[in-house]
Amino acid sequence: MIEAAVQESTPGEETLLELSLGPHHPSTHGVFRMDIVLDGERVVKLKPVFGYLHRNHEKIGESSSYLASMPYTDRLDYMCSLTNNWAYALAVEKLAGVQVPERAEYIRVITAELTRLQNHASTIGFLLQEMGASGTPLMYAFREREIILDLFEALTGSRMMCNYMRFGGCRVDLPAGWLEQVGKVVREFPRFLDEFANLLSDNEILLARTQGIGVVSKELAIQGGITGPILRAAGVNYDIRKVDRYGIYERFDFRVPLGEHGDVYDRYMIRMLEMRESLKILEQALRDIPGGPIMDSKTKIRGFRPKAGEAYGRIESPKGELGFYLISDGTANPYRYRVRPPSLINLTILEDMCLGSNVADVIVIFGTIDIVLGEVDR
Amino acid sequence: MLGEGIAKGLVETARNFFGSYSNKDRLTTVQFPEERLPQMEATRDFPFLVYDGSDWQSGLRCVACQICEKECPPKCIYIEKSKDKKPDFVGKPQFYPAVFNIDVSVCMSCQICVEVCPFEAIKMDTEFELSTDDRFGGLLWDKARLARPNEHYRQIHPTDAAVSDAILAEEKAKAEAKAKAATEAKANPTPANVPQAGSGGTATQ
Repeated sequence: MIEAAVQESTPGEETLLELSLGPHHPSTHGVFRMDIVLDGERVVKLKPVFGYLHRNHEKIGESSSYLASMPYTDRLDYMCSLTNNWAYALAVEKLAGVQVPERAEYIRVITAELTRLQNHASTIGFLLQEMGASGTPLMYAFREREIILDLFEALTGSRMMCNYMRFGGCRVDLPAGWLEQVGKVVREFPRFLDEFANLLSDNEILLARTQGIGVVSKELAIQGGITGPILRAAGVNYDIRKVDRYGIYERFDFRVPLGEHGDVYDRYMIRMLEMRESLKILEQALRDIPGGPIMDSKTKIRGFRPKAGEAYGRIESPKGELGFYLISDGTANPYRYRVRPPSLINLTILEDMCLGSNVADVIVIFGTIDIVLGEVDR
Repeated sequence: MLGEGIAKGLVETARNFFGSYSNKDRLTTVQFPEERLPQMEATRDFPFLVYDGSDWQSGLRCVACQICEKECPPKCIYIEKSKDKKPDFVGKPQFYPAVFNIDVSVCMSCQICVEVCPFEAIKMDTEFELSTDDRFGGLLWDKARLARPNEHYRQIHPTDAAVSDAILAEEKAKAEAKAKAATEAKANPTPANVPQAGSGGTATQ
């Protein structure tokens, strides 16, 4: 699992240790490897190595029809398939100029915010698991996540590979009683957040392990193109739901939590606060959701051929800015299909975050980036 | 005070632990496989072919149009069209699949074949305990393995099956009305039909 090799050392110089962490290490969230050079316990150099899960996603997208790429987007960030669906649908709708009915827009917001809840809950659970809080927080997080995944299954037929959104709407209408069940989740989720806050937020060990660790400055975050909770934890007010106001997000009243220090604790706290804001959005969406069609009547499922052109559609996925860039040449397949994955771009500042910290902290810092290898390698 | 936060956390853990004896909300696991949760209606895993009546060979709805084969994202469907034709549910002669194979080791359960099928012929099953020790033959399902009666579909997806039955009933009624009109027209050609044919002839000239 961990190979260690002592580098050649000349007398009088301190010995450096090269450590290969991963790819089959449970704390690397999949198959990710880090080549770390250590001076004692301190990290001197860190090189991320990835590509073990490369599946040729973009090339497959270019050789298959627009619709056939939709189920493959589920497998990018397999924790949040519904937000991936939305980003891809948004790009294609921009390309083809398709209008989405109002009810479908509300369903998209509801499913996306539920996705954010379950993603953040499990991210925090995994983070604490890696910090040494073995089992308990992760189990509580998964208990809540399971309730949301059951809702996804009742709606889309699958817990994680939802394949639910279509160009111009959604695949099926909500089953009877589904909104009431979402309402129940919205009412009961704060109990879990309070429980988590009691369990962890004041825990002295957690504070000692997270505060002042893995600091990302505002400048570094902006220069690195970082998006999502890491950027906001560094104190930059940038949330695509507020900036782009894609879909119908301008109708909802919610705030964007911002951090101050940009350390691991801020990134943990940002996710806790974002979950509360998501609940606010869900409450408003459940109150306002109208009836009506869920699919644009003019858009066909088969033989979908957008006119020649290009489009970039982006959303605020739970991990950051998820974008799809498409070029159409008027045929049934896209000429170019490109994914802008938040996980990969957030990973680029890993070395800057880790330099000078201990090996044990590398795992914790890495956990707060919240990557999914399916999206990094594609 | 140092240790206060940890104590607060331990109280929370204790509440969950002891709560699991009295409160159902805190005890979320079931003892699978002895104990099973009810299956959800929308659940899907692998496709099956629907047939009407009692004989799967003659009742298969599939007309081998090969749309699902073309649209399938991982290309796990293989169809060979028949040379001869057999009557479908409205009595119209149609092709049928001489070979219809689905490689379920490739299938990703995306349901796109169901969405694009214009004949309500392919639907998603909910059977999930499918492990086999024969990874080649055991996972390449032919049409005998894939055929399931419409009653099975009604049982696993009652809401969708009702919609599908309604569509087919409407088509059948339309086809019957058309056939009736055609036989009547053949039996006693009305004068209204004659100028129509004549006008059609002039338009093509």
